[in-house]
Amino acid sequence: MDFIIEVNNNKIEANKGETILTALERNGIKVPTLCYMKNMFPTGSCRMCVVEVEGRNDLITACSEPVYPDMKIKTHSSRVIESRKMIVELLLSNHPDDCLYCERNRNCELQGLADTLNVRERRISGRKNNYNIDKSSSSIVRDQEKCILCGRCVRVCEEIEGVSAIDYINRGSKTVVGTAYNKGLNTSSCINCGQCIMVCPTGALHEKPHSPEIEGALEDPEKTVVVQYAPAISVSIAEEFGLQPGKDMIGALNAALRKIGFDFVFDTSFTADLTIMEESAELIHRIQNKGKLPMLTSCCPGWVKYAEEFQTDMLENVSSCKSPQQMMGALIKSYFADKKGIDPGNIYSVSIMPCIAKKFEQQREEMTHNGINDIDAVLTTRELVKMIRKYGIDLNNIEPEIADSPLGMRSSAGKMFGASGGVMEAAIRTAYYKLTGEELTNFRVPAVRGLEGRKEARLNINGTELGVAVVSGLKNAADLLEEIRNGREDIHFIEIMACPGGCINGGGQIIGADDEAVKARMMSLYDIDDKDSVKFSHKNPYILELYDNFLGEPLSHQSHKLLHTSYQKREVML
Amino acid sequence: MNTKKKPGKELRMKDKKLIIEEILKNSETQKYSSEIEKELSGLKKENVDKTTIYIGAGTCGLGAGAAKTLAAVNQYIKDHKMDAEVIQVGCIGLCSAEPLMDVKIPGKNRISFQNVTAAKAGKILDEILQENLPEYGILAQFEQAGQKEWVNVPYLHEHFFFAPQKRLVLENCGIVDPVSIEEYIARGGYKALLNTLKTMEPYEVCDLIEKSGLRGRGGGGFPTGKKWKMAQANDADQKYMVCNADEGDPGAFMDRAVIEGDPHKLIEGMAIGAYAIGATKAYVYIRAEYPLAIERLVKAIEKAKEYGLLGKNIFGSGFDLELLIKKGAGAFVCGEETALLHSIEGRRGMPRPRPPYPSDSGLFGKPTIINNVETFSNVAGIINRGADWFSSMGTEKSKGTKVFALSGRIANTGLIEIPMGTTIRDIIYKIGGGIPENKKFKSVQMGGPSGGCVTEKNLDIEIDYDSLLSVGAMMGSGGMVVMDETTCMVDIAIYFMDFIQRESCGKCIPCREGTRRMLEILESIATKPTNGNGHDTLHRFKGITQLEKLGKVIKETSLCGLGKSAPNPVLSTLRWFREEYEEHVFERTCPAGQCQNLRVFSIDVDKCTGCTACVKKCPTDAIIGARKKPHFIVESKCISCGSCLETCKFDAILVS
Repeated sequence: MDFIIEVNNNKIEANKGETILTALERNGIKVPTLCYMKNMFPTGSCRMCVVEVEGRNDLITACSEPVYPDMKIKTHSSRVIESRKMIVELLLSNHPDDCLYCERNRNCELQGLADTLNVRERRISGRKNNYNIDKSSSSIVRDQEKCILCGRCVRVCEEIEGVSAIDYINRGSKTVVGTAYNKGLNTSSCINCGQCIMVCPTGALHEKPHSPEIEGALEDPEKTVVVQYAPAISVSIAEEFGLQPGKDMIGALNAALRKIGFDFVFDTSFTADLTIMEESAELIHRIQNKGKLPMLTSCCPGWVKYAEEFQTDMLENVSSCKSPQQMMGALIKSYFADKKGIDPGNIYSVSIMPCIAKKFEQQREEMTHNGINDIDAVLTTRELVKMIRKYGIDLNNIEPEIADSPLGMRSSAGKMFGASGGVMEAAIRTAYYKLTGEELTNFRVPAVRGLEGRKEARLNINGTELGVAVVSGLKNAADLLEEIRNGREDIHFIEIMACPGGCINGGGQIIGADDEAVKARMMSLYDIDDKDSVKFSHKNPYILELYDNFLGEPLSHQSHKLLHTSYQKREVML
Repeated sequence: MNTKKKPGKELRMKDKKLIIEEILKNSETQKYSSEIEKELSGLKKENVDKTTIYIGAGTCGLGAGAAKTLAAVNQYIKDHKMDAEVIQVGCIGLCSAEPLMDVKIPGKNRISFQNVTAAKAGKILDEILQENLPEYGILAQFEQAGQKEWVNVPYLHEHFFFAPQKRLVLENCGIVDPVSIEEYIARGGYKALLNTLKTMEPYEVCDLIEKSGLRGRGGGGFPTGKKWKMAQANDADQKYMVCNADEGDPGAFMDRAVIEGDPHKLIEGMAIGAYAIGATKAYVYIRAEYPLAIERLVKAIEKAKEYGLLGKNIFGSGFDLELLIKKGAGAFVCGEETALLHSIEGRRGMPRPRPPYPSDSGLFGKPTIINNVETFSNVAGIINRGADWFSSMGTEKSKGTKVFALSGRIANTGLIEIPMGTTIRDIIYKIGGGIPENKKFKSVQMGGPSGGCVTEKNLDIEIDYDSLLSVGAMMGSGGMVVMDETTCMVDIAIYFMDFIQRESCGKCIPCREGTRRMLEILESIATKPTNGNGHDTLHRFKGITQLEKLGKVIKETSLCGLGKSAPNPVLSTLRWFREEYEEHVFERTCPAGQCQNLRVFSIDVDKCTGCTACVKKCPTDAIIGARKKPHFIVESKCISCGSCLETCKFDAILVS
């Protein structure tokens, strides 16, 4: 601690160079914020965090103002509170006020602020802006009337994802956040990662709902409704049911899905294992045959679209493997349908993902067979939670069940896909085995674990030097790929995820989960890995059975037909 | 006199170049050979060998018809097969006298004519070329050494508009050929730059400017030398000097006039500043709506490069300066320095919080200093004549002069430059010539949308940064809009509020949403309520207190200077003209008769013939009555549009 400042007549310690806000937070004093984003340069647009600073005429934003020794601050004087309240009232005067009908009812920062500041009377009123809801995107619905222009979506899109699909348009009270030429989001370079939804304080952004269609299918006696859930799902819902964040809910989840009416419950972690089999084979093939390196993972549909738009010279580096969701989709309507003797046309295949780009991926033309989509609908974690509630299921009082065989059986390596670095670690375990014929005795690869945006590791497998990197947040990916373009040759394999920290922090996850909750999800995945008996994808007996009975071997003709895909260059309006 | 008879153009150019180079080389001693001394007065056009005609062709002159006058003059010269030179100059400041034409006959003082329309130009030339004084249009004559005076023609510096002025920034405007670097140099231009480069260390320049007391002329009034020092002290591989020529206030046009009339003064000031802070790259951020200023600036920069006054290793000093022009698209907010920097970087012009200040992290993250046109235009003078000379002018805390754009209900509109400390009354009544049509003075709006009103009671304050703030107005960039009794202060507040809410960048909530609500409240005060709609009534009664509350929050919490000053026009008019607001609210009348939507119409039954013409025009069917019988207006239906008033041929519509 460098010096003392005085806050509300109490002395607190502060560090040189930090802002008032960080000093206050560390000392347990909360001032409200709207536009503030941790670890990002303050924009000072919302003015919610204003405080009184002695010697200054105007109120000062705590998020942007550095502290200095003996600074005297008042954080909750009546002058400050009244200003904050009026700012909220000004926002409300141009807000649709339809909280009861809103996606974000009871989980809205504006609503929360209005409550905290005790706004009980409509003191300010006037004309409101009217905009049409933009439903053009496959994944995101935009309701500009609810937008309070805090700019968080704009910043995350530019600074974290490097996409800049949206920005401010127009001036004054006509200002909106929109795409180039203010067209539908589908015309933009949006990669559907959904990080904008995660940071949106209000109901201005939410995912395109698929649940109504699913509920229809569940009622249809003709349909066999099959569901799969991504590795991250079971560790991401506990806090919504009053439990410790990160707690693995897998048994309850299986049971709940069956209670809702799904006929078969599968685990996407199974096809994550399958992805590892195919992807590690592809990597070894590339290394041994002087193919394009570094190889880039292809599990993340947000990253894949980004590559098709912004990294087109590297499309050949992207692994041809489909994502686990789409591998599962392809298997359900071929292998599983055959096995059960069900017409694939009568299977309704649902996936539950921590992601909204999966809603885009599911609609890609490459992801169909004979005109039938491999996956019919995608639910986000948020939609799943709503569905569980809607169907009246008490997750705390439910007998755990296990998923259906064989597509519900996984190794813990496949489960790790939920965290950034998980794909890499699982791939390393299997690649090691394939190259050496031996199992890694210490199965953990700590260098690729953790929530950092970029991790690198160097491995020596029987004299073969293998350089790997793990990046999440596409700005980090773009930076790394630029280094590679500029001549870096020590990296052979890169895992890329659009969402910072990977799927546990995906765009379809619960809104409002803090860093600690995300960390708890990650710890839970690694805990499962520690405890599980099958820790290697290539040791998953059901995977071996699948190859024996159906696919032959990795990269076989059958594998290529069902499990691999290709990419297309997409034009971007810049 | 030029001894060579009619030299070829090329040869003459070459000579000129040699002469200029000679002058520049001797910038320190200012001792030139007798040959050059001789040339100087020719370059300054004090002494010409053929008739020279000047047309005031600034944007204001062109607006008044200078282009037609120019064409007429050119035609005249052609028709009369005259050997004469026509020079387009900038604005001398007396806009109400535009178009201006000056004539310089060899051996005689230059004489200036006002309101010279194309039709009058020929007649004036007929007379004056015969050395006869025409009957009309004479403004004044210039005092020129060794030249014969015009008898009975007043001198320009004695003219009531110019006499109280002190023209430093504007000294050349409207007088010199703005694109002629030779004339600028002959009049002592670029001497300051070269002497600075040769004899001064960067910190000495900062010291000198600080000592002079020069404060930023863009509005805030931050001491310029102090600001430069901040960037000078920062160690960086690249620093930038930026000129803010994004003049956006309604009623402000001094930057435009300076650039159009004397672009080299700006360039020289910027170059000195760049040297002082260690910048090797400089930008002039100018709005694209100023095409003429841009054109002249481009030419001036080219010329300066030609003479080695910009570019690499300026006059062997080792100092490099690249000067670039960045055209802005005209957003008002881009006049705010951080928004301006964003705009240069190619991003959306939106302010960001400070700190970090641009002097630490500005353009492209590098130390950057931003000053406006007038500030830079003061620099060369201070270098040439010293800090003490500059600080001898003005008040205790505001030194030097200030340029104001005088407009509105005043006899002489135009551009003026006065020493700080001049009273507003002197400006309005001496320089401005008072209020026309014997109307009563009401107020003068100073500082544009960020400023406020000065009333009769405060007319005797001596203008400086602080005195204006103390009465709720501000220096701003120097707009002065004079208002008389026919101006409605609510209407003025609406005008500025409408401007500011449209030009708000939309970033911070108080400015974006607050100004819009303030405008709505003002509009509802100035509109007759239609059948008592809930919100209307509410607004009217809550109106004034609401305005004050909103104004306070916007002022205290907005992100940038524009937002912080956005409520000023309302708060200031409320402060000085509260009764007028109250009349609008409670009496529902506009004392000045400006708020059209508050008018109450009725029909004079004695005059109404029942012709029904008004009935047919009324958009809301508010007029009833039988044919050929007097009609009536149903007040609750009337929206005060006034169409009945325009229609009635019998003066039967009464307005109150």
